[in-house]
Amino acid sequence: MEALDTLILSRIQFAANISFHILFPTITIALGWFLLFFKLRFQWTGDLKWMEAYRFWVKVFALSFAMGVVSGITMSFQFGTNWPGFMEKVGNIAGPLLAYEVMTAFFLEAVFIGIMLFGYSRVPSWLHTTATFLVAFGTTMSTFWIIVLNSWMHTPQGFEMIDGVAHATDWWAIIFNPSMPYRLAHMLLASGLTVSFLVAGIAAFRYILGDRKETVRSQIRVGLTFAALLIPIQIFAGDMHGLNTLEHQPAKVAAMEGNWSDRDGNTPLILFALPNEETRENDFEIAIPNMASIILTHHAEGAIPALDDFVAEDGTVLHPPVDKVFWSFRVMVGTGFAMLLLSWGSLAFLWRRAEDGRRFAIRKLPRPLLWGLVPMALSGWVATLAGWYTTEIGRQPWLVNGVMSTAGAVADVPAGMVLSTLIGYLVIYAALLFAYLGVIIYLATKARHGEPLTEMTPASSEAVVDAIAREDRGLTPAE
Amino acid sequence: MMDLFGYPADTWLPFVFAGLMGLSILLYVILDGYDLGVGILTPLADGDEQKDMMVASIGPFWDANETWLVLAVGLLLVAFPAAHGLILSTLYLPVFVLLVGLILRGVSFEFRVKARAKYKGLWNGLFFAGSLMATLAQGFMLGLYIMGLQFTTGTILFSILCALALTVGYAFIGATWLILKGADALQRRAVAWARKCIGGLVVGIGAISLASPLVSERIWEKWFSGTSILYLSPLPVLSLILLWFLWSTLSRMPKENDRGAWKPFVSALGLFTLAFLGLAYSFYPYVVPEQLTIYEAASAPESLFIILIGACFVVPTILGYTALAYWVFRGKTRALRYD
Ligand code: HDD
Ligand code: HEM
Ligand code: HEM
Repeated sequence: MEALDTLILSRIQFAANISFHILFPTITIALGWFLLFFKLRFQWTGDLKWMEAYRFWVKVFALSFAMGVVSGITMSFQFGTNWPGFMEKVGNIAGPLLAYEVMTAFFLEAVFIGIMLFGYSRVPSWLHTTATFLVAFGTTMSTFWIIVLNSWMHTPQGFEMIDGVAHATDWWAIIFNPSMPYRLAHMLLASGLTVSFLVAGIAAFRYILGDRKETVRSQIRVGLTFAALLIPIQIFAGDMHGLNTLEHQPAKVAAMEGNWSDRDGNTPLILFALPNEETRENDFEIAIPNMASIILTHHAEGAIPALDDFVAEDGTVLHPPVDKVFWSFRVMVGTGFAMLLLSWGSLAFLWRRAEDGRRFAIRKLPRPLLWGLVPMALSGWVATLAGWYTTEIGRQPWLVNGVMSTAGAVADVPAGMVLSTLIGYLVIYAALLFAYLGVIIYLATKARHGEPLTEMTPASSEAVVDAIAREDRGLTPAE
Repeated sequence: MMDLFGYPADTWLPFVFAGLMGLSILLYVILDGYDLGVGILTPLADGDEQKDMMVASIGPFWDANETWLVLAVGLLLVAFPAAHGLILSTLYLPVFVLLVGLILRGVSFEFRVKARAKYKGLWNGLFFAGSLMATLAQGFMLGLYIMGLQFTTGTILFSILCALALTVGYAFIGATWLILKGADALQRRAVAWARKCIGGLVVGIGAISLASPLVSERIWEKWFSGTSILYLSPLPVLSLILLWFLWSTLSRMPKENDRGAWKPFVSALGLFTLAFLGLAYSFYPYVVPEQLTIYEAASAPESLFIILIGACFVVPTILGYTALAYWVFRGKTRALRYD
């Protein structure tokens, strides 16, 4: 009983920590590239509105980055404190991947963020742009390595087991494991979408508050345009990802589709249901006949794995908990289609010419769409978390698919200790999330009043943006 | 193919990785040491502006400094997985305190200047509290580690002593950093802080040096059997010389034209390095004291080798661009004002 409690609590603690961590990288990965975009647009056009966009978003970046770093440091201890069995068994593979992440990504971003935030007046402009690029590149490299490791846990290959310990035989096969390209692409696109909607949503919020500056309008346009470009690709990538999962982790797909028993192909696409683990069927099912077969196998009679196939002779269940996977998946896909509707719908209105014959006038945007953008500012977070829950819970009961079970990795720490630290983390995370959102809203409302964004405080990134704006006014960088 | 000078891979690789891990722990202790130390000193600042200045002196560096901790834990995890699990699950609670401390201070850098002005005091307070928590936790873990990761009243008392000693140590190196980076009033204050810390430092280093050989027979053997103390004597002797040098330099600071402002910081680096070498000598070849040697705990040679290849290219690059960052932000910290 004791061990079981420790197991469950450790899982909740790990899930809480990684869920909190992922919120911030999801923003910084793409926001780094957005900042580079704003800076380059400013350099090419000399239009101040791009600098204002940079000024605003670099603050959000600095804040998100700090949150990402501190929660990431927590993550790097979690494997040792909660899952010592994981490293003992697959450390020979996980270790080098994590080491490469630290060496090639973390140092790069940690060093150059200093220059990017505080260095503008001290380094030549090209070096500042390079630093901005290297930070964005570093966050992307982080993503690459951690996704390699995570994907290897889903589709392990390139190793052999000697005395119960995994030994690498082929690093190329480990890094380019079958699900890695799909997961990496899907994650990077998710980050791009998160930031697109964040930029559009916060700008819409400022617009509604009466902040009609050119930069606000441009930010709505940029956000919506990137969102509209990325979402179809994301849906396509998600579909490909699903097909890949069908090949390698059929039990996960069966859970996502809520497909309990084999229906001789002809599997319906379930829109709503309450999966019931007791009776092993769905309550209150609403479904489109044959649709799942069509999506996953591209013809109506295609057979789809059923959950009943993953129950051992003795009744041991070898598939993941169905309701969580089923619902997480629907939340993600639902959010994805909401994103599609909103971005394309808004662009369709913007495309129509205004009276003066110009396109893309924000005032052509109907109120409901404009207002809709505001809550959608955080839609990327919702979809990303839901997607990761689908992926990770869908891997259970395995920690490394087919190689080691989650229960085999847990640490031998008293449950009370795990519980008390878990509560500690939750309290801190809740408070920080509250403060984080509060500050973003505060920055948005303050920007609207047009007052100086903050009084000049030495340790802040304001210094840079001010220096840039100064230079734009034809002044030399201040001492 | 992986043999080196006739040593088989499972002998030299663990040794090299223990060295790499030691290097990153040492760099972490020195680098994050000074910035945690500055955090501990913030409540003593004379007014808000001075406090801003102190935080500004570490603003561009703290993230990279903490990354050495991630690398050290990463190397422990990568190279000695068995030890990693053992150490971290034993130190579960202090690690939690350390992490909470690092979280609080890390986010305060940003929040203190971005949140509404009326909350600045709150975030300043959290910045201090986080720095202190992280430092105490590190000292406590060091103490327990020296005591062989056993929990008894004696070891806990010793660990508390270490926690206090490390707090003084970090405050000291933080003060010497401020002597280097600060000017005028701030610099004068920093000199006073540094001078006050020296006494605590002597007590702390002394207590740890005395206690370790007394509790551990093995360490006693390593230091005092045969002629070894002769070879080892440079460590304590150099430390004493450095302490004396620090004391006399600090009593004459600050000097005109800011001459020699770098001396206290560099001497503090030396002192930390010597203390670290002493500890490293005491523990070799153990990674978990008295329980697990680096050779028993090491992962498979082929995995270590692939990391080493990368490290040979990447670590010099990291050191290079770290140097670039220190070069870019050289000289006295400026209050970056643009009006
Ligand atoms: C903005 C975020 C976002 C959006 C709009 C979508 N996804 Fe997604 N999805 C993710 C963000 C995400 C994610 C958080 O990034 C995941 C978790 C792991 C991964 O690689 O991506 C994910 C996982 C994930 C998986 C799990 C695969 C596995 O791990 O085995 C599938 C099958 C899909 N997605 C499919 C889709 C489909 C068909 C979408 C169509 C609307 C979709 N996703 C929209
Ligand atoms: C970033 C987004 C991620 C989220 C939101 C996430 C979420 C989760 C969740 C909810 C679980 C618990 C599953 C369960 O208990 O049923 C879990 C398990 C786990 N995940 Fe992730 N995960 C993410 C990424 C990663 C990555 C990148 C790794 C490793 C490189 C990883 C490693 C693990 C491990 C070791 C477990 C074991 C604990 C367990 O199965 O309960 N996760 N994750
Ligand atoms: C899919 C999951 C993950 C993604 C996409 C991701 C990505 C990132 C990114 C982009 C950063 C840079 C900081 C920032 O931008 O906020 C970061 C920081 C960090 N992450 Fe993660 N991460 C993931 C999961 C993990 C896991 C499982 C660990 C634990 C091993 C981890 C450890 C860290 C650490 C230690 C940092 C701080 C680095 C620094 O000092 O700059 N991350 N992560």
